[in-house]
Amino acid sequence: MSAVQTSLRADARWRWWELALGAAAIVSLFIPGGHVLLLNEIAILALFAVSLDLILGFAGIVSLGHAAFFGFGAYTAGLFAKHVMPDPLVGLVVAMGASALLGAVCSVLVLRGSDLTRLMVTLGVAAVLYELANKLEFTGGADGLQGIVMGPLLGRFEFDLYGRTAYAYSLITLIVVMLIARRIVHSPFGYSLKALRDNRLRATSIGLSVNLRLAAVYTLAAAFAGMAGALMAQTSGFASLDGLDFHRSADIMLMVVIGGTGYLYGGIFGAVAFKLLHEVLSAWTPQYWTFWLGLFLVVLVMVGRDRLIRPWTWFKRGGGA
Amino acid sequence: MSTVVLETHNLLKRFGGITPTNDVSLKVHKGARHALIGPNGAGKTTLVNLLTGVLEPTSGRISLDGQDITRLAPHHRVRRGIVRTFQINQLFNELTPLQSLALTVSAQLGISQKWWNPLGSDARVAGLCEKLLKQFRLDDVMDQKVSVLAYGKRRLLEIATALACEPRVLLLDEPVAGVPEGERQEIFDTINALPADVSILLIEHDMDLVFNFAKTVSVLVNGAVFAEGDVASISNDPRVKSVYLGEGVHG
Repeated sequence: MSAVQTSLRADARWRWWELALGAAAIVSLFIPGGHVLLLNEIAILALFAVSLDLILGFAGIVSLGHAAFFGFGAYTAGLFAKHVMPDPLVGLVVAMGASALLGAVCSVLVLRGSDLTRLMVTLGVAAVLYELANKLEFTGGADGLQGIVMGPLLGRFEFDLYGRTAYAYSLITLIVVMLIARRIVHSPFGYSLKALRDNRLRATSIGLSVNLRLAAVYTLAAAFAGMAGALMAQTSGFASLDGLDFHRSADIMLMVVIGGTGYLYGGIFGAVAFKLLHEVLSAWTPQYWTFWLGLFLVVLVMVGRDRLIRPWTWFKRGGGA
Repeated sequence: MSTVVLETHNLLKRFGGITPTNDVSLKVHKGARHALIGPNGAGKTTLVNLLTGVLEPTSGRISLDGQDITRLAPHHRVRRGIVRTFQINQLFNELTPLQSLALTVSAQLGISQKWWNPLGSDARVAGLCEKLLKQFRLDDVMDQKVSVLAYGKRRLLEIATALACEPRVLLLDEPVAGVPEGERQEIFDTINALPADVSILLIEHDMDLVFNFAKTVSVLVNGAVFAEGDVASISNDPRVKSVYLGEGVHG
């Protein structure tokens, strides 16, 4: 194999920490203790954050309304389980398909304009969906969609009270999505996303259809976000307005920023860090935990992520920084 | 007379009260080595932007091989073989030169929309990239991010990217702008080495380079074609000298 070929493939090679992360995820399934509900939520949020990273970190679309797809997926899964059939996997696929469809329709809105325009448009779409869910009869209005009863997973594993089945279900879904997303970002299509994020003019000048690609990745991200929402509804038996709320879009953006954009795993690290911070801080100061979160964010941005996660460099002078 | 590949018919572009392109009818022949010169603000880059579809003309038509492409989207024009370089580097800063070229070559081969197999899994891609990297002496920096490359290397990558698109009509917008004197000829040697049937339209300020390279020269002044002809007649045309070259010109 030539040097060029080796270099081209280097990016797609598995890193040691990727394998370690996978191993940690599988080990986490067997840890006894009462943290399963928290772990389940982290897995779901990680999936949601990864979907945002696909459009934000890779394609450069800034969205403050990504919860639109999360909430839409949650309601779709909830309604499907209530009125059509309770099988979780079928519901997951249906929610994914419906969210992808919504994403494809909405993608038209994010093709043009500046970052600020996109910010406003995505915010607007999420607000419209929020009020629709609030107003409509069949979504349960402000009470949300209650009493979603799921059938057993694969016809065998009941969703138990401790949430072990739920966590395994969410985690495996996350892993499958990550494996798919990983292939995609290392493909020519994946590189073309980075290319049009870096320079649309040049991307067009090498013959790439920028709009088609943006629409495709927006649809894909919507599908993954919808899956995350479906998992939330299915494992909690509840779909609420909270899933479409602005704070969801903002929180998920924070998670991606905390974890780092554009290398696919930022969403996972961000979700873990965000939820752990939440747990620790809100146990300590339930009312004012966002103060500390805010402070942490400011420090993170000022100091820089690379430096913050390497404490041994804090007191070194110089170091090329 | 050779065949006309790219042609504009009474092309006009207006921005408010300014008319950077004024009734331009230009013929680029197959295999042409055609230069477009003119003082600053003559509308050279605007013309390139019209030809590549970055701008839409106010009126007039553009045709390629006799087919109208006036309303064709920019990326479709690239696929039909109209490729350009930019006066100011337009590169993918977060990619490496190798990745940039591999993506460009993939687009050229029609496999850039593949989403399952890794970039470069097609053996042709590595082969073509290797050739381009060697040709433009980018092989030593192929794995560095474009954003950290030296200016000269970025300039070479800009041109390599255009050539990776396998142009039929190549529009070079000041290809050696900012390139050190000694390296300019090298870039032109590479351009000269392109197949004879590739048509090249060159925008350039350096008259020595223009007169060495081009066979046909069009002079643009205030958006309109002021004079056109072969190198000898243009370089001796007293009107061109007075309008464009000014007094202080050597040669």
